[in-house]
Amino acid sequence: MSSLTEKDRPIVQLLLNTGTCPRCILRFCSVGSQMLYRHPYKDLMKVLKEFMKSNQEKEDTVCFDVVDPPCKRIRLEHPEEGPEDLNHNGALQQIPQVNDENTAMENSAVKVCNVCLGILQEFCEPDFVNKVCQKVNSADYQFTSFVFSVSLPPQLSVRERAAWLVLKQEMRNLGLSLAKDDIVQLKEAYKWIIHPQLSEELGVPADGKSLFEVSVVFAHPETDEECHFLATACPDCFKPAKNKQSVFTRMAVIKALEKIKEEDFLKHFPCPPSSPKNLCVALEIQCNNGAVFVAGRYNKYSRNLPQTPWIIDGERKLESSVEELISEHLMAEFKADSFNFSSSGREDVDVRTLGNGRPFAIELVNPRRIHFTAEEMKRLQQTINTSSDKIQVRDLQLVTRSAIGRMKEGEEEKTKTYSALIWIDKAIQKEDIVFLDDIKELKLDQKTPLRVLHRRPLAVRCRIIHTMRSEYIDEHHFRLHLKTQAGTYIKEFVHGDFGRTKPNIGSLLNRTADILELDVESVDVDWPPTLDN
Amino acid sequence: MAAAARGGAERYFTRWYKPDVKGRPCEDFCVLQHSNRRVICVITLAEAHPLLQSGKTIKSINYQISANCSRLQNKVSGKSKRGAQFLTELAPLCRISSTDGEEYTIYSCIRGRLIEVNENILSNPTILQEKPSTEGYIAVVLPKFEESKSITQGLLTEKEYEEVLLKRLNSSS
Repeated sequence: MSSLTEKDRPIVQLLLNTGTCPRCILRFCSVGSQMLYRHPYKDLMKVLKEFMKSNQEKEDTVCFDVVDPPCKRIRLEHPEEGPEDLNHNGALQQIPQVNDENTAMENSAVKVCNVCLGILQEFCEPDFVNKVCQKVNSADYQFTSFVFSVSLPPQLSVRERAAWLVLKQEMRNLGLSLAKDDIVQLKEAYKWIIHPQLSEELGVPADGKSLFEVSVVFAHPETDEECHFLATACPDCFKPAKNKQSVFTRMAVIKALEKIKEEDFLKHFPCPPSSPKNLCVALEIQCNNGAVFVAGRYNKYSRNLPQTPWIIDGERKLESSVEELISEHLMAEFKADSFNFSSSGREDVDVRTLGNGRPFAIELVNPRRIHFTAEEMKRLQQTINTSSDKIQVRDLQLVTRSAIGRMKEGEEEKTKTYSALIWIDKAIQKEDIVFLDDIKELKLDQKTPLRVLHRRPLAVRCRIIHTMRSEYIDEHHFRLHLKTQAGTYIKEFVHGDFGRTKPNIGSLLNRTADILELDVESVDVDWPPTLDN
Repeated sequence: MAAAARGGAERYFTRWYKPDVKGRPCEDFCVLQHSNRRVICVITLAEAHPLLQSGKTIKSINYQISANCSRLQNKVSGKSKRGAQFLTELAPLCRISSTDGEEYTIYSCIRGRLIEVNENILSNPTILQEKPSTEGYIAVVLPKFEESKSITQGLLTEKEYEEVLLKRLNSSS
């Protein structure tokens, strides 16, 4: 399918006459050779015209052979030079100026293609490639591959349909068939042409799975209203728009085109489509890197630090937070837009986290830098640790998104150990608390604590206290070490929460108990992997 | 009034009072208001309430306050506590009768959704008398968010209540 044959002649003729560009013509002829599309616009035009003039008995493949070798030669001899050399004769200028430079080539001005509205014309040229690469380079991202995504104005689908209907009609009149499925999609052809050029200039390959995305949005305001007739023909395809965005999305338009009857289409839309005055415009060229994930474990040494910022009615109630103290340095190093902090459970403002610390993971959104060696991560960890005495981090490392799941499963399943400083109203002696050490697998029924009841559903939780170890201090104080199931409310186990946690220390000792201090001694999750820091 | 450090579960609650409810002398209630933004309130008997005086024995506690309404059937679901019975200040929570033939109605004292009533006092009425401000609470009520600040307007602060008690003492002596 790499060449034009006899049956393509009427297609080429018709499309040339109605103002369709050479590459779109190749698409409608189902030409599948990517390399052919990469030829300069002028050369393709020339070849098509020669094809039309050539004798009907001659082999047509000859045309393309003639064109190929010179291009190939240029590529081989000057590998470091860009596509500019290939196109120095054929570069498409803005429509008004074309005639000045290329009067010999065309009888009339180079029209903007009535099907692709210039996408396969101007926007395949080195000038545009340069513009994109300049934007990418100035955005200063670290990347090893790219994916190029393109958003095309919906009316292109409408015009494609219009051109195809005309062709279908013509072919029918000639007693020939026109297969719809073999027609090359516009977006596909565009990527065939532009990927190698982008790849060459950026120095990295195009990869559909790449995390670095360069995206371009094209628009053609001149023809925006061309889709509107579809709303009257297929009203149920177009849902009311949210946020003042246009109802005529690409998906909605395609859906309507599938539904609409041929006669209705022909009634409302000019077939063949008219030649527009202007090219498309590239509205935005944006770059985005996929998120990176940094994991570690944190210790919390302050009894006055929330895990996340504590802001009520726009007013900050307590200075700083665990997540901010860790993330601010990561944000600076990775140069990300924003972050999402998550951890394997959390502790209250007034609770310390000791031992190996609590596992956490931070998602850094749209980072400019993504590559960090183990050494650099170690240094980053040191920076965080020297900047604050309220928190410390360890085992700081890059992880994959899927690793986060392991951290969250720890939250539900793994055990935690605590140390609580307990006050008792009525005097106790050593003997009075020794029995606690012998209690194993104590089952608790905990109603949702009153202190969180305003934001959690009312429920009863069964939780287990695996072991306890008491340390007598004086007649009104003792320290209790406990190992509990994940999700146990320790404070409520001590003071009883109005009898809504049963049993509790008060009920076990037949007194009133209160908790003065609580520390997390360990979070028994073996993730992230321990590093030799 | 025990001014000693209120340790334990009550630590983060502020006490508000409603004395002589419905004109009945000394039938005082104490509303414990949590310090959180969306305040949860715990309805309890104030120490001056007749039921907490020595010599009184509780015969029965009944949460069925009318033919159609039992506070025990209150069911809430979800974070916003859908399905909760809505209470006004004088909505009855339960009726308690003592062995000497008296009957007392316990009132909500604040507007809001009924979250739960204390079923522990049904099985063990003595804790109502032994620990009226903690394990012996009557009910938990969640006021409407918009009304969080205004619910205490009809109630007395601890200091104001102390003055009421002082007046009672003086008038009876």
